[in-house]
Amino acid sequence: MSLTTNYLGLVLRNPIVASSSPLSHSMDSIRRLEDAGASAVVMYSLFEEQITFESSYVDHYLRSGTNSFAEALSFFPEMDQYNVGPDEYLNLIRRAKESVDIPVIGSLNGVSAGGWINYAGLIEDAGADALELNVYYVPTNLDLAGQEVENIYVEMLRSVKKSVTIPLAMKLSPYFSSLGNIAKRLVDEGANGLVLFNRFYQPDLDLETLQVAPRLVLSNSNELRLPLRWVAILYGRLLADLAITTGVHTSEDVLKGLMAGAKVTMMASELLQNGVRRIKEILGEIESWMEEREYASVAQMIGSMSQQHCAEPAAFERANYMKTLDSYRPVN
Amino acid sequence: MTSRTVTIDGNDAAAHVAYKTNEVIAIYPITPSSPMGESADAWAAHDDKNIWGMTPLVRELQSEGGAAGTVHGSLQTGALTTTFTASQGLLLMIPNMFKIAGEQTSTVFHIAARSIATHALSIFGDHSDVMAARSTGWGMLFANSIQEVMDFALISQATTLEARVPFLHVFDGFRTSHEVMKIRELSDEEIRAMIDDQLVQAHRRRALTPDHPVMRGTAQNPDVFFQSRERANSLYTETPAIVGRVMDKFAALTGRQYRLFDYVGAPDAERVIVMMGSGCETAEETVTALCARGEKVGLLKVRLYRPFSVDSFIAALPASVRTIAVLDRTKEPGGAGEPLYQDVVTAISEACQKPDRQGGQAALAHARASDTPPRIIGGRYGLGSKEFTPAMAKSVFDEMTKPAPKNHFSVGITDDLTFTSLDVDPNFNTEPEGQVRALFWGLGADGTVSANKNSIKIIGEETPNYAQGYFVYDSKKAGAMTVSHLRFGPEPIKSTYLIQRASFIAVHQFDFLNRYQVLDAAEDGATLLLNSPYDANEVWANLPRPVQETIIAKRIKVHTINAYAVAKENQLGNRTNTIMQTCFFAISGVLPREEAITKIKESIRKTYGKRGEPVVRQNFAAVDAALAHLHEVTIPAEASSTTDLPPAVSAAAPEFVQHVTAEMIAGRGDLLPVSAFPLDGTYPVGTAQWEKRNIAQEVPVWEPDLCIECGKCMLVCPHATIRAKVCHQSEFENAPAGFKTMPAKWRELPDQLYTIQVAVEDCTGCQLCVEVCPAKDKSNVSRKALNMHAQLPLRDSERVNWEYFLTLPEINRNGDLTFGSVKNVQLLQPLFEFSGACSGCGETPYIKLMTQLFGDRTIIANATGCSSIYGGNLPTTPYTINREGRGPAWSNSLFEDNAEFGLGMRMALDHQGAYARSLVERMRKLVGDSLADGLLNRDEGTITAKRELVSELRAKLSGRMEPEARDLLSVADSLVKKSVWIVGGDGWAYDIGYGGLDHVMASGQDVNILVLDTEVYSNTGGQASKATPLGAVAKFASGGKPTAKKDLGMGAMRYGNVYVAQIAMGANDTHTVKAFLEAEAHSGPSLIIAYSQCIAHGIDMAKGMHQQKLAVDSGHWPLYRFDPKLANEGKNPFQLDSHDPKIPLQDYIYTEGRYRMLRQSDPEAAKFLLKQAQESVDHRWRQYTQMAEMKP
Repeated sequence: MSLTTNYLGLVLRNPIVASSSPLSHSMDSIRRLEDAGASAVVMYSLFEEQITFESSYVDHYLRSGTNSFAEALSFFPEMDQYNVGPDEYLNLIRRAKESVDIPVIGSLNGVSAGGWINYAGLIEDAGADALELNVYYVPTNLDLAGQEVENIYVEMLRSVKKSVTIPLAMKLSPYFSSLGNIAKRLVDEGANGLVLFNRFYQPDLDLETLQVAPRLVLSNSNELRLPLRWVAILYGRLLADLAITTGVHTSEDVLKGLMAGAKVTMMASELLQNGVRRIKEILGEIESWMEEREYASVAQMIGSMSQQHCAEPAAFERANYMKTLDSYRPVN
Repeated sequence: MTSRTVTIDGNDAAAHVAYKTNEVIAIYPITPSSPMGESADAWAAHDDKNIWGMTPLVRELQSEGGAAGTVHGSLQTGALTTTFTASQGLLLMIPNMFKIAGEQTSTVFHIAARSIATHALSIFGDHSDVMAARSTGWGMLFANSIQEVMDFALISQATTLEARVPFLHVFDGFRTSHEVMKIRELSDEEIRAMIDDQLVQAHRRRALTPDHPVMRGTAQNPDVFFQSRERANSLYTETPAIVGRVMDKFAALTGRQYRLFDYVGAPDAERVIVMMGSGCETAEETVTALCARGEKVGLLKVRLYRPFSVDSFIAALPASVRTIAVLDRTKEPGGAGEPLYQDVVTAISEACQKPDRQGGQAALAHARASDTPPRIIGGRYGLGSKEFTPAMAKSVFDEMTKPAPKNHFSVGITDDLTFTSLDVDPNFNTEPEGQVRALFWGLGADGTVSANKNSIKIIGEETPNYAQGYFVYDSKKAGAMTVSHLRFGPEPIKSTYLIQRASFIAVHQFDFLNRYQVLDAAEDGATLLLNSPYDANEVWANLPRPVQETIIAKRIKVHTINAYAVAKENQLGNRTNTIMQTCFFAISGVLPREEAITKIKESIRKTYGKRGEPVVRQNFAAVDAALAHLHEVTIPAEASSTTDLPPAVSAAAPEFVQHVTAEMIAGRGDLLPVSAFPLDGTYPVGTAQWEKRNIAQEVPVWEPDLCIECGKCMLVCPHATIRAKVCHQSEFENAPAGFKTMPAKWRELPDQLYTIQVAVEDCTGCQLCVEVCPAKDKSNVSRKALNMHAQLPLRDSERVNWEYFLTLPEINRNGDLTFGSVKNVQLLQPLFEFSGACSGCGETPYIKLMTQLFGDRTIIANATGCSSIYGGNLPTTPYTINREGRGPAWSNSLFEDNAEFGLGMRMALDHQGAYARSLVERMRKLVGDSLADGLLNRDEGTITAKRELVSELRAKLSGRMEPEARDLLSVADSLVKKSVWIVGGDGWAYDIGYGGLDHVMASGQDVNILVLDTEVYSNTGGQASKATPLGAVAKFASGGKPTAKKDLGMGAMRYGNVYVAQIAMGANDTHTVKAFLEAEAHSGPSLIIAYSQCIAHGIDMAKGMHQQKLAVDSGHWPLYRFDPKLANEGKNPFQLDSHDPKIPLQDYIYTEGRYRMLRQSDPEAAKFLLKQAQESVDHRWRQYTQMAEMKP
């Protein structure tokens, strides 16, 4: 029985990839992911805002109050380095490549076409096997049309694509009027893979302080449905690998993802909640499941229930919506 | 040998050699020498090596006395050792210096010479510190310029090793220590060549070691002490020759020849000035100019002041000299003359007595021929960094031509009382042609000085030009004005005075045109660069008339840019430095424009590269944008403006403020005559109210419909610019239109109105008040009861409202209201207002609260530091009085003795009180039993009631002639309770003053000690103290402080009778108020340790109170009170007032730059220290919890 799958031109020993998360913050943790069975690791994201913020922050506190008062021309010693750039991140990729055998996929997160795109090349130089580009954009400008938002994504991909030769996956949000169309445009522009979907961390309101407070909520299996649908719809219609990254918690979730058409399924919340050992457990369950049903390989099942291949293609469209509502039974 | 040119200041020049030639360096911060220690510490942290390939050990001590002791010990144990200091710091080293010299130990101390505090403290330069040390037996070598600082640092080091006489290497504080100049750096090879390893080894051989034990430091009896003291005479006799040889060796190596006394000027000079220090450079420039006119004048620069070589001095004087003027940069009141003058008189006198003495013959040829020795006059100049200009030097030469010149004169001031001063011709000028002289008027916050330091480096290091920069700062910490003086040119620059004729003037703050005579120094045809909020075609119309007239008269070319708009567009906030620097290069013509832009960008990458690419890109963009927005202004033929410069202070100000303070505010303090000043350093209080600085771009505006009258905004306001009053409705009848009120929400104050008023002209715009305001609009939570709005549109109306507000009655302290809550206390008038503290200062709210509660009966002993600077630095000071004329009386003694100073106050008050009570008892018959009983009863009644009794007593005694009655009148006020507050920062309380603090706490006396704990030496620029927390980065702890913060409170609690409170008003303001009340009520010593956020924490100062809360929530700063009274009542005196830590330490500390920068620069070390710090917090919390739970 083969669990092997191909993603972004990389041969992976199984379809469970560690998604971009704090689990890749340290070398120890990356090793644990490999030991637990992850077939590849997507590094935590190098954030454009983080780089800009750290740079501005260091600059701010080093110059605040300086050269203003005769007795105190500065308030801090000048350090040899501040690590405000991507060095720490790149070093981790370098060390990871030296220490683990599984592919290491870099992750870059930003919204502007500024100099941070250069970091894509640096991530490649550090040895990353592929790059995931996470464009996290909240279009709060009411004058910005949907098409313009899509153009931002395409432009971003184009710029990054120019600066790297390693495979490039685009991590998308589901909030497009025509997801299929933007997916197609991105693939046409050179995306080797599409990762569905990134999770927008939604702000919360603190009723005590009357302040807006960011709050991280981990995913659950119910959230699998949305990427599942879109992977199923896109499968076979684009020359790019698909990956599911939200709501993958169980062996069933993985199997569903593969059948919908994903080459890999990515996990983070489950591992953060219940430990990286869950990968091994899930892989075991998948093997049992496949054995029981006499599947010889994962490749067999990829896309087997995509819109193209399933018995009821309409189930992924409006009909499925009606069916879902119809199946709901209120509690008496 | 290879050496390179560098553009550095005097401190770095000295530190460079000191670091290279020493093995142990003991340091302690004191202005203006602190940067030497900081550089040495930074180089050691960077593992830079000395000439023996080792990294010197650098350690901060608790005081200069401690540093000197460490130096002494290290020297005795054979290490090459040094230190850096100035002023009082040097005085603290004197006891050890006598020992070090007596033991004939080789060492050099590098001194940025500074005034000694007398009638007032001065951080600025003169020679009074080193002159106080001249009897210690140390050699003294004076450097006059930055190049000489570097050279003399080495010459003194080489000399001391051979001579076995320790040396003070002296240069002028600020003028030399802080002047930036292009010089030739001494290479390691050159330094190596000057240091004789055999002498180093000999130094080591003299060390104490148990392998060859000796004793040093014995006690001697009358039989032998004197002889022993004379034993080393020969070393002092030989030292000048050694210095001369070392100087010759140095010259052979570097081409720079120095002599013990260097003469410049006409070979046949008849008039010669003798002086030392940076003034020599100015005097030399003057001599050169006068000689060019054919005048027979000269200058003798004293290099080696101690040991004073009479022979060399006489030999250096031209034989033709008829009159000598000796200039001393110090004052020795009551002496026969100042020190250098006396030495010169002695030297000439001795030479005359021995005319055949070798070396004296030629110089005194004239004297012998005419049988009259040269006439010698002496004078003082430059005290406290008073300017010394060529015009002043010329006035001295002019004086020498008079038949009866003044002796013991002063120059540079107008002495209209004892008429010592010389007249100075203001038009005499020696600034050379072909030199660019640029003046930049800016704010500390806008980065003007940083940009100019950068420009000097560009020009100094990238062009063949010589470059000099000197920077003048005002004494405010918020909204400070800076004036940069930059000179560039093909010839070496000797002008050690402020620019007098500028070819370029930049005004980075448009408002300065209304406040200062910014164009006074402009020469004809100069260029003016304006940062203006107006377009090029609107600028002219917005200039005040005097400015327009000057521009036309001096044919000044004007360029303008709206730098703030450009900065904003490029995400640079208010930081206009790069933009204005670009404009300077674009229009000054110092460098070709394109080349200049390239150099600026290279420099940006060099300066900001480490801080990350985004910052570099922002600055690049600003450079490009600057050029696009720079425009020349067309100057009309005639002035059109009708606006004049406003007066510096209101016409309502008192006479002293009108005539003295206002002149200082306007920048004309130099022109005030001696008679303008008080005899003994005593100044009126309440002057800050007259200096309307208008530094806030935005100010808080009150919304009564949302206000809950909690008083928090006023409590946290660092500058007392937001205040509240409650008055009867009738009081508001004449209120100006728009004056806001709301019903007062006090049960005790029915039918009254509440008002909050902001002094917008005094506010610094820190936003602390807005941040703590808890009242939010239910329909729009971004709107609070206080919101920031632009100041300018509000300025006029709010000025009127503020003046009206001040006329409203103050709350009645003896009415129905008690003052135990924040809400109520904030109705009390603050007697500390509008200080020069930083915007968002964490210290001043505590001081202000103290003055609200007890200010009318308080005497403050204030340790030197931030609180003495914002509390007592002229021109205006913040302590003020109430309507009865009462308020805090304030004084500063020293840094190290503040607790003892306060104890002295207490003892005086106690004795006076006892004497007064004794007199009342003795005069009971006259006073009357009832009044006497009232006066003698210590416990009953309020302060007001007691004051009324004293008034009654005064009335009774008035006109009585009995000695006891008159005596009683003189001490009658001491019958009313006085509160002594001993105030200072952590540098004082934890370090330099700890011994005294501990002793005062042990004394049992009724003093209140307020420690404003910023956890770092704030005033001198963020050096670590023992209050600095584990893991925080500070100067002298750049790798993160490896040891835990000292638990000052725990030490105090162990005495049992000391009231101790640890407070943080941002975490619990009620607790803060309670602690102040309890501390003052406690009849023994009380100690309040107050968490004070500081600019040295690397935080957004607007969030200062939030940081306090995080400090408490994380357990870093537990709130507690230890009240001995409770123990007397059989209760546990220790009350832990904060809850269990709610957040891990890292959630607090990594919101502050002082911790974050270690995480960024050395993540592993940060992780290690964080773990230790968390353990330390946990341990202390457990300890406190156990204490709180203990049964009494």
